Amino acid sequence: MTRYSLWSLLREGLTGHRGWPKAWRDPAPRPSYDVVIVGGGGHGLATAFYLARNHGIRNVAVLERGWIGQGNSGRNTTVIRSNYFFPESAAFYEFALRLYETSARELNFNTMVSQRGLITLSHSRHDLEGARRWVNAMHLNGIDSEMLTTADIARMVPDLDCSPGARHPIHGGFMQRRGGIARHDAVVWGYARAADALGVDIIQNCEVTGFVFDGPRAAGVQTSRGTIMAGRIGLAAAGHQSVLAGMAGFRLPLTTYALQAFVSEPLKPWLDKVVISPATGVYASQSDKGEIVLGGALDLYPSYAQRGNLPVAEHVMSGFLELFPSMARVRFLRQWAGMTDVVHDSSPIIGAAPVEGIWLNCGWGTGGFKAIPAGGWTFAHTIANQAPHPLVEGFGLDRFARGALIDEAAASGIAH
Amino acid sequence: MTGAFRTTTGGRIDRARPLSFRFDGRAFTGCAGDTLASALLANGVHLAGRSFKYHRPRGILAAGAEEPNALVGIDRGPGRYAPNLRATQVEIHDGLVAESQNRTPSLRFDIAALADFAAPLIPAGFYYKTFMQPAGWWAKLYEPRIRAAAGLGRAPRGADPDRYTQRYAHCETLVVGAGPAGIAAARAAAARGDRVILCDEQAEPGGSLLAETRARIDGLCAQDWLAAALAELAAEPRVTILPRTTAFGYFAQNFVALAERVTDHLAVPDPNLPRERLWQVRAREVVLATGAIERPLVFPENDRPGIMLADSARTYLARYGVKPGCRALVLAAHDDAYGAALDLAAAGMEIALIVDPRPAADGELPRRAMAAGLPVRMSATVVGTRGRLRVHEAHVGTIGADGGVRGVDVVSCDTLLMSGGWTPSVHLHSQARGKLAFRADLQAFVPGATPQACRSVGACAGEFGLQAALGPATRVEDDPVREGGFAGALPHDRPRARAFVDFQNDVTAKDLTLALREGFRSIEHVKRYTTNGMATDQGKTSNINALAIVAAASGRAIPEVGLTSFRQPYTPVTFGAFAGTSRGELFDPVRTTPIHGWAVAQGAIFEDVGQWKRAHHFPRPGEDMHAAVRRECAAVRARAGIFDASTLGKIEVVGRDAAEFLERLYVNSWKKLEPGRCRYGILLNEAGFVIDDGVIGRLAPDRFHVTTTTGGAARVLSMMEDYVQTEWPDLQIWLTSTTEQWAVIAVQGPKAREILAPLTEGIDLSRDAFAHMAVREGRVAGVPARLFRVSFTGELGFEVNVPAGQGRAVWEAIWEQARRHDAVAYGTETMHVLRAEKGYIIVGQETDGTVVPDDLGLGWAIGKGKRDFVGKRSLSRPDIAAPGRKQLVGLLSADPGHVLDEGAQIVAMRDPPPGTPALGHVTSSYWSATLGRSIALALVADGRARHGQTLFAPMPGGAVPVAVTGPVFHDPEGRSLDG
Repeated sequence: MTRYSLWSLLREGLTGHRGWPKAWRDPAPRPSYDVVIVGGGGHGLATAFYLARNHGIRNVAVLERGWIGQGNSGRNTTVIRSNYFFPESAAFYEFALRLYETSARELNFNTMVSQRGLITLSHSRHDLEGARRWVNAMHLNGIDSEMLTTADIARMVPDLDCSPGARHPIHGGFMQRRGGIARHDAVVWGYARAADALGVDIIQNCEVTGFVFDGPRAAGVQTSRGTIMAGRIGLAAAGHQSVLAGMAGFRLPLTTYALQAFVSEPLKPWLDKVVISPATGVYASQSDKGEIVLGGALDLYPSYAQRGNLPVAEHVMSGFLELFPSMARVRFLRQWAGMTDVVHDSSPIIGAAPVEGIWLNCGWGTGGFKAIPAGGWTFAHTIANQAPHPLVEGFGLDRFARGALIDEAAASGIAH
Repeated sequence: MTGAFRTTTGGRIDRARPLSFRFDGRAFTGCAGDTLASALLANGVHLAGRSFKYHRPRGILAAGAEEPNALVGIDRGPGRYAPNLRATQVEIHDGLVAESQNRTPSLRFDIAALADFAAPLIPAGFYYKTFMQPAGWWAKLYEPRIRAAAGLGRAPRGADPDRYTQRYAHCETLVVGAGPAGIAAARAAAARGDRVILCDEQAEPGGSLLAETRARIDGLCAQDWLAAALAELAAEPRVTILPRTTAFGYFAQNFVALAERVTDHLAVPDPNLPRERLWQVRAREVVLATGAIERPLVFPENDRPGIMLADSARTYLARYGVKPGCRALVLAAHDDAYGAALDLAAAGMEIALIVDPRPAADGELPRRAMAAGLPVRMSATVVGTRGRLRVHEAHVGTIGADGGVRGVDVVSCDTLLMSGGWTPSVHLHSQARGKLAFRADLQAFVPGATPQACRSVGACAGEFGLQAALGPATRVEDDPVREGGFAGALPHDRPRARAFVDFQNDVTAKDLTLALREGFRSIEHVKRYTTNGMATDQGKTSNINALAIVAAASGRAIPEVGLTSFRQPYTPVTFGAFAGTSRGELFDPVRTTPIHGWAVAQGAIFEDVGQWKRAHHFPRPGEDMHAAVRRECAAVRARAGIFDASTLGKIEVVGRDAAEFLERLYVNSWKKLEPGRCRYGILLNEAGFVIDDGVIGRLAPDRFHVTTTTGGAARVLSMMEDYVQTEWPDLQIWLTSTTEQWAVIAVQGPKAREILAPLTEGIDLSRDAFAHMAVREGRVAGVPARLFRVSFTGELGFEVNVPAGQGRAVWEAIWEQARRHDAVAYGTETMHVLRAEKGYIIVGQETDGTVVPDDLGLGWAIGKGKRDFVGKRSLSRPDIAAPGRKQLVGLLSADPGHVLDEGAQIVAMRDPPPGTPALGHVTSSYWSATLGRSIALALVADGRARHGQTLFAPMPGGAVPVAVTGPVFHDPEGRSLDG
């Protein structure tokens, strides 16, 4: 692997950039691998990377139906944060955030992690009490967070409507300074390149169509590019995980909904924070390119179709104008939808599947992007050791039978 | 004179109506009918913008929605600044103020253009490879610089004072695009008697007809034919013609969104008009007549001001009476460029040379050009240009038989016109989930099968020419077939030169091949890595060229490489149009109770609870909130208070199986509840967690009056409907939301009975006749009422339900009586304190979706021996019964004057190290006037076993010691309930 650096860039600049190698190879699938990961998104690729790097398991293939990063990894709003309530989630997402902080140097790929601060607004006294509880929990969990007054917020986000006459007036809020955004494609490509350099085969345009069984044990997958045998199979297919589970003969407590996002035309630097407003159902940030990135709530009906609809767009944009009435003349440029796999306690599932030989990484709901490094790290550990990583012991499928749910959405009043 | 480059006659502008406008502070004059782009060109101004990455000087490339370069900000005063508008779509009006973007300090001299010198070092994706060392510099130095350099226009400041509205419409035929094909389709549909909506993004309908110079249609010149056709359509009452209206989104079931720009083109807008309208149209059939976009050619240094699309240049001449320059070189890979050359030459422009990369061009227009004596060179191309702010020469080379380029001639010119043919605008077809088919002869994708009732006609279907657009019934003369078309990069001999593909984002042909070299094979990867097609024009002029370059470089056919997806919007749409009137109180309705006006008159302070405004407390002069709440609390306990509980959710559950239904839904037993009795109901979700509670009264064997929490009203009704409709359709029950039909007045306190007695008819209020948790029907203050004997304060209490319309009158009557007993009106804060003193929970405060009834000490409510209810099975899961669950307790801070923070965490140690899991948290915390000290409720792990223990609430100022107690602080025996 040619190391990326200012020097390699200068060197290549002198020779017309003809010497850059492929960021990853384009191998044909081999007949069998020690581990096959299904799903070439951030989680699948990070899992492959950490299998190779942390556990020395390099005979690994990542199978992707289309092009890597085609799913939610390339269709999110790029927010990273660890402002979680329950110790289980806090520990997990904090680990993810810490891995993000060092990801560029670790992967030798600039993931453009921008810790510009993430503000959650409180729009009522009740919200404010919830925020205080949340901040207290974060302090106990050892995660940075601070309460903000309305004046603090008005100073940091000058165009935010902080007037008492707003329909949902701002009563204050809290901030995680280390929260922010990252460049989503770079995360996918960074993990892909680093995994490939360690020998992982990234196989695109390879759709899994079924499983091969050896008795009760899943021993391989049938794909559009032939049968591929596997010592262990990790499924990391986000919104389509339930479809894969169906092929393998088991059901998952997942419901798939579309989550839409919107970007504006690029503007000069205008919004320096990520702003989340539960009452208006909107969150906003500005990308390094200058586009305002907006997200809202899930669509109301389950679907596997990666397409948007008008009512959600109207709601998100009106909520955005409630926060920023100066933005009515700015124009929305592009919309997309990702397929979120929602679990009813809105916490992920990492661990063994009911079918021997298969391991699960799914249930990220609307928050899979921020979890990618930790999802990959712990999933790799879980597959390598055939036992859950300590950080994800609470996130196994058995929790639904035991009743040990970790309901972040209920606790924090906001979905992941 | 409206510009040195204005022709004396011709075009659709009105030379008699000069309009003055400013661009970057400089005054210009244009004509009515001009766009900002045509007016600037008429004044000889080509330099209109700077590119995104290299800040290269850029001119006006096109004449329509595809313009990537000439982006401007329009300033109409405070709150009315609109960035990133295409100058080709901005109609000028008198006094228009426009400014260029993305340049410092000026368009002619932009300091950031230094980036252009670094271009060899910063190709596509360079930022992924660097800025990683030394640690910390990314956050502090690199990223802020990158952000400052990025972005195009500046954000507006101040709230936009303009209005935006929305319209909903149905029609049999929606025609998108009012060019010849769209007009033909609209006429045919109108003849059938359809309701027709014909929309077009431009200021006037007509499309290519507005600039058609040769063809005669049914014996008329194109503009005369157009005027007649439009007049005919306009006379049809069932036809709606919408100019300045872009169909930008095509959703499922033939649902199409249109953005209409209503006032931007007016110098003095009518204040009664909205600035924009968002149309939501449901059509039986959609006819797409969206035309085609001319394709630029990719050759070295193809981006200088003065380099334009050939047919756009012809449009400026024919439609706006503007010559784009004095001496043009035409690079023609399509016959239409010859037509442009002919028209421009006829208007007096010198055609320096027509350069055609094709070996031969024997179409009608090339023949005419040659016959007219225009110089033509076949098998040639442009390999370079010169001119910093305006092209002044082009370097023309010959393409050899081997594809290489040899020999260079320098041709001076002030305009370079290019045409690579036409790309059908299949955006909406593709948004409708229609398939696309590649046509090699056009080097373009055309619409294929579509799952919706939608068809494409005319140029957007790859059917070019007026005859094809208008159909065989219309006679078209002089509409020669035009051939040619080129996608990809033209050959050249200059390895170091840059040939631009995406003008706005500065993506070059070399960037695309670099992406391929680095393994980004999927066109989506190429797009994301290079940012080709991601600019504000979303690839309208760049996608096909990029695709062809990628295909050629990777040895694949174009259809094999595939297209990136088309998404809404076709062109950008304002946030304002999407929000429409859904702002302020129309964004989220404000709900008020029938008694709201009374509370306002009394000077109540309100709080928002969901959409409701609730009276929080009723301060008297000089009182702050704490004083008011203490006074209200004391009065209720000593005498009485009245409280507006109208926001409680109410659902009437009626039918033969009403009791069975509630039996299956709620944890409690309902079948044996006698009519006239009430019970406190608890509702779980399937996971066994408490999601709502409320008193349910049985009025008759088949009729229940269910109350829910204020916030849960809609959710509980939805859940009930879900179960009735999907799980138990056999049950005979009907559900009706009655939240807004009943006003609810709580009368609480030892004097409650005495207050109500004089007003009540038909109900015996005596202790024996009307016990706690009973419900009676009668009259209160002369109004039919449902009277509940319930208490959320621990005092003797009644809740008077009367029809909402009479709520205020009944409230005032009760208030009159209450005053005689020195009772008070109290708000939600006092309600919260009084119920906390009694340890009564509030769902959403003491619960958070992880709490089962036993955690709250409410296990007693679960009906014994019930076979099933929602959540029952989940309650039997092992972890629900395991030790360590958080249970509701009372907390007394060691310092009785210290009121704990709600949300404070509870731990066992005074100084817990970071990472110590909390035992629980404070759910409610108040000053209790009754007890003369602070009280709090909390959920604490194994809380019931900890009574008497001291725990800690760590706060920023140090840990606060607290004693664990039971959750009932006041009157644990419940003596006060009976007054």
